Amino acid sequence: MKKWTRRAFIGTGILASGALVIGVAIRPGNRSSKVAGLIAEEGETVMNIWLKISPDNTVTAIIPHAEMGQGVHTTLAMMLADEMDADWSKVKFMEAPADKEYANYVVAKGFIAGDKTFPKFLEGTIDGVFLTAVKSMNFQITGGSASVRFTGQQGMRIAGAAAKAMLLQAAADTWKVPVEELKAEKSTISHPASNQTATFAELAQAAAKVKAPKQPRLKTPEEFTLMGTSQPRLDIPAKVTGTAKFGMDVILPNMKYATIKAAPVFGAKVKTVDTSIPSDSEGILKVLNLENAVAVVADGFWQAKSAINRLNIEFESTENDGKSQDDILNGYQMAMDKALEEGSIEEHFRSGDVLNALSEAETIVEAEYQLPFLAHATMEPMNCTAWVHDGKCEIWCGSQNPLGAKAAVAELLDISPDQVTVHNQLLGGGFGRRSETDVIKQAVAIAKEVDYPVKLIWSREEDTQHDVYREATISRMKAGLDESGNPVAYSHQFLFKHHPPEAADLPYSVPNQLIQFTSPNSFVPWGNWRSVDHSVHGFLTESFIDELAFAAKKDPLAFRKSLTQDKPRFQKVLDLIQEKSDWNSPLPTNWGRGIAIAQSFGSIVAEVAEVEVNVEGKVKVHRVVCVADAGFAIHPDGFKAQMESGIIYGLAAAMSGEITIENGAVAQSNFHDYQVTRMSEAPKIETHIINSGNPPGGAGEPSTPVIAPAVTNAIFNATGARIRQLPISKTDLRVSIQQAT
Amino acid sequence: MINLTINGKEYPVEAPAGMPLLWVIREQCELTGTKFGCGIAQCGACTVHVDGQPIRSCITPASSVEGKNITTIEGIAPDENTLHIVQQAWIEEQTPQCGYCQSGQIMSAVALLNENPTPSDEEIEQAMSGNICRCGMYGRIKSAIKRASAALQASTSNPLLP
Ligand code: FES
Ligand code: FES
Repeated sequence: MKKWTRRAFIGTGILASGALVIGVAIRPGNRSSKVAGLIAEEGETVMNIWLKISPDNTVTAIIPHAEMGQGVHTTLAMMLADEMDADWSKVKFMEAPADKEYANYVVAKGFIAGDKTFPKFLEGTIDGVFLTAVKSMNFQITGGSASVRFTGQQGMRIAGAAAKAMLLQAAADTWKVPVEELKAEKSTISHPASNQTATFAELAQAAAKVKAPKQPRLKTPEEFTLMGTSQPRLDIPAKVTGTAKFGMDVILPNMKYATIKAAPVFGAKVKTVDTSIPSDSEGILKVLNLENAVAVVADGFWQAKSAINRLNIEFESTENDGKSQDDILNGYQMAMDKALEEGSIEEHFRSGDVLNALSEAETIVEAEYQLPFLAHATMEPMNCTAWVHDGKCEIWCGSQNPLGAKAAVAELLDISPDQVTVHNQLLGGGFGRRSETDVIKQAVAIAKEVDYPVKLIWSREEDTQHDVYREATISRMKAGLDESGNPVAYSHQFLFKHHPPEAADLPYSVPNQLIQFTSPNSFVPWGNWRSVDHSVHGFLTESFIDELAFAAKKDPLAFRKSLTQDKPRFQKVLDLIQEKSDWNSPLPTNWGRGIAIAQSFGSIVAEVAEVEVNVEGKVKVHRVVCVADAGFAIHPDGFKAQMESGIIYGLAAAMSGEITIENGAVAQSNFHDYQVTRMSEAPKIETHIINSGNPPGGAGEPSTPVIAPAVTNAIFNATGARIRQLPISKTDLRVSIQQAT
Repeated sequence: MINLTINGKEYPVEAPAGMPLLWVIREQCELTGTKFGCGIAQCGACTVHVDGQPIRSCITPASSVEGKNITTIEGIAPDENTLHIVQQAWIEEQTPQCGYCQSGQIMSAVALLNENPTPSDEEIEQAMSGNICRCGMYGRIKSAIKRASAALQASTSNPLLP
C-alpha cells in the first residue's frame, strides 16, 4: 500500500473527500458552508472545519471525538492552539456535530498508513453501511487510541498551522509588509518593525479569503509552547460540581422513561407477553414487544423497572438454552483439534521451521492458557434518549461512534441520515462498549411507537448480561530452548483474530516461529474491549516468555532484554523500569515481583508489579511501576492518568473479572458478582514517561494488556505457582504459598 | 405527596410508595449530579447526605427521608462562585476521568472529612471502598482527599460543611 504522506493529505486527500478542508473560507457553494451552518454563530469566522475565531478573539477548536475521560478535548485543542500560537486562556472547544463533513478521515488514514490494513472493527461499528478505507470516510469514531495519533497529529496540528499561516498572510497583505517580518503570539499578529499589531479576530475575515497553504510548516518539538505541558483539563470543573451532562442526564420537555427486559439467552425471542397496561402499576404508559426484549415506558425509570419485573414474559427456547461455560470451552478445544487435524488452521505468522527446531531443542516448554469472557461495566449504564417526530429523529447519548449511530438510526427508520440528529453527550466510560449502536437502535424502536421523547435506561443487570464481550478463549503454546537457554522455536495456536492484526506477534527474536489461529462459532456476542486483542495476547505472550525465562534459568527482565536487542525502544523501556522498580532489591517474604512489556497502539509499555500472597492465598498488589515510551506525550499528566486507568481496568479483570455462561445466559448481573477493583485493592502506581522522539503513541489502551501478566508473573515469583487461567481468583494459592515459605 | 428538603430548598413531589430517593432527585427534582450506577448499594455513584450522613440514595425510599436535610453534589459549595474545599482539591489533583462516579466520590469524601478531618491512608480506603471508579482514579482520589485534609487544617475561615 502506498505510504501516506502529509503532502498527499493536504493536496488531494482533503479536497477529494471534503472531510478535512484546511483553511477554506466560507463562500457560497463551498462544501464547508454547510459546516459553518453547524458550528458558527453570529460574527464568527470559520477558518476551517477544525477551528473558528470569535469577535472576542476566542479560538474554538472543533473536536471530532467523544470525551470519555481521556481528556481528548483538552489535548487536541492544545495541539491546534500550539501550532496556531493562540492564547491558551482564550481557547475553547466544542465537540463536532455528527456530520459526514467530520468523518474521521484522519483516523482511517492513520490505519492505512504504515501498511496496516483497515481494521474490521471500524467497519463493524457502522451497521448496515459497508465501509472501505478509500471509498467512504464515514467515521467519527473514538477508539483505537487514535485521537491524538491521527486526528491530533494529522488534523489539529495542520489546521492550526494553516490558520496561522493564513492570518500571517492577511496581516502582511493589510500592512504591506513581508510576511517573514511578522510574529504570531498569544492570538495576536505583530510587525515589530512598524509597531503594528492586530488580533486574530481582527484579521480573521481577511485571513479566511487567503488561499490555504498546501503544506503549512509544523513546529519542531523545541518550538512547542503547549504540547508537552500538562494544562488543566477543560472538562474537569463541570465534573466536580455535578453539572457535567452525561447521556444519562438528558432531560427534555415531555420526556418519558423506558427500560427493557431482554431475552436472557442470546438470540432468543419473546414468545408471549401481555402488552396491555398492567392494572397494578402506577404511571405505566406502554408495554412493547421488541421481539428480542420487552420494553415498558413510564413516568419514571423506577416505575418502568418495577412494572417490568412483574410482567409475565415467556421467551422462546433456542439451541443455546442449555449451554454452559464448560460446553463452550470444550467446543473450543474440539474446534482447535479439528482445525489442526484438518489443516484448516490459519496462519498468522511463520518463520523458519518450527517442527524441526522443536525436535532439535534441548528443552521443551509447553503450556495451555485459558481466558474468560469479560464485560465492559462502564460506570454509566447503557442509555439513550430518542425522539421521533415530523419524519425526523433526534438522539441524545454518549457515543464513541456518532456517525455510526446516525447511519444505524436512518436505516432503522428508513429515512435519510440528514433527518437524524445526534446530540452527543459526555460518556460515563466507553472502553469500546459505546462504539456499538444496539442500545441506540432499541431506544429509537421504542420512541417510534410514541409521540414524545423517551429516555431508555438499562439496569445494571441488563448492562452486565447484554454487553458485547471480550471473548473467552484457550491458547496452546510450545517453545524449544537450546542448551544455553536461548529460545529457538516458538509455536502458538490461538482462537479468534479481531484486531489490531499484529496483536499476536511475538516481540522477541526467535528464529523459528509458527503462530496460527482458528475462529470457532460463538453465540456470545463479541465486542471491542479496552485494547481488544492485545488484552488477550499481552497475557499469553508475556506469561509464556516468563515460563521460558524460568526454564532457561534466567532473570525475566534480563531474558526479555536479551531477546529484544534489535528493538532500541524496548531496550530503553526495560532499562528504565529495571531502575525505577528497584528490580534487584530484596522483597519481604511472601512477596514477589513480575514484569511484562508490550507494544500496542504506538506506545511501548512495561509494568513491574509487586504482590504479596498471604497464607490464606489472598493476593494483594502493592505497587505497580509503569514505564511507557509514549513517542511524545502531548499532555504528560493526561497520559499518566490514562496509564493509571488502564492498569486498574486490566487489574480488575485479572483479579476477579469473569463472565460465565449458564443455560445459555450470562450468570453475573451486577457489581456483587462481577467484581471490580476498589480503592482498598488498588496498588500504588508510579508512571514514568519516555519521550523517544517517535510519533505520539496511544494512551487509553496500552497499559491494560501488560498488567495481568505482570501480576501473575509476580505471583509465580512469590509462590512458584504459574497462573495459566484468568481470573487469578480461580486459582487456590494457599498450598503454593505455604510450600514457598 | 411528600415534601423533601434538598440543598435547603423545598421540593413537594409525587413519589409512589417505595420509590428510591435517587430517582426522585434525578427525575422529579431534576438534580442530575447524583448518578445511577448499580441500584443495589454496590457502587456509591448515588451517594447523598441525609442530615450529614452519607447514604446510598438508590436503596433509600424517598418517603423515609421526608423532613430531613438532604444534600447533593449541587449543594456542597458554599456559594455559586466558590467551590467546596474538596471540589477544589479534586480539580487540583485533576482527579476525574470520565467523571461519572465523581459526584458520589466527592460526597463520600466530604462525609469522611466531616467525621475525621485527618484520615490515614487506611481510613481513606475504608471510607471510600464503597465507591467504584471504573476509570481507576483511586490514586488521585486518595491524593485529593489528603490535599483537602491539608487545606482544611490550614483554613480557619472555610468550614467544611456548606
Ligand atoms: S447506584 Fe446506588 S450504590 Fe450504585
Ligand atoms: S472517573 Fe470514570 S468512573 Fe470514576
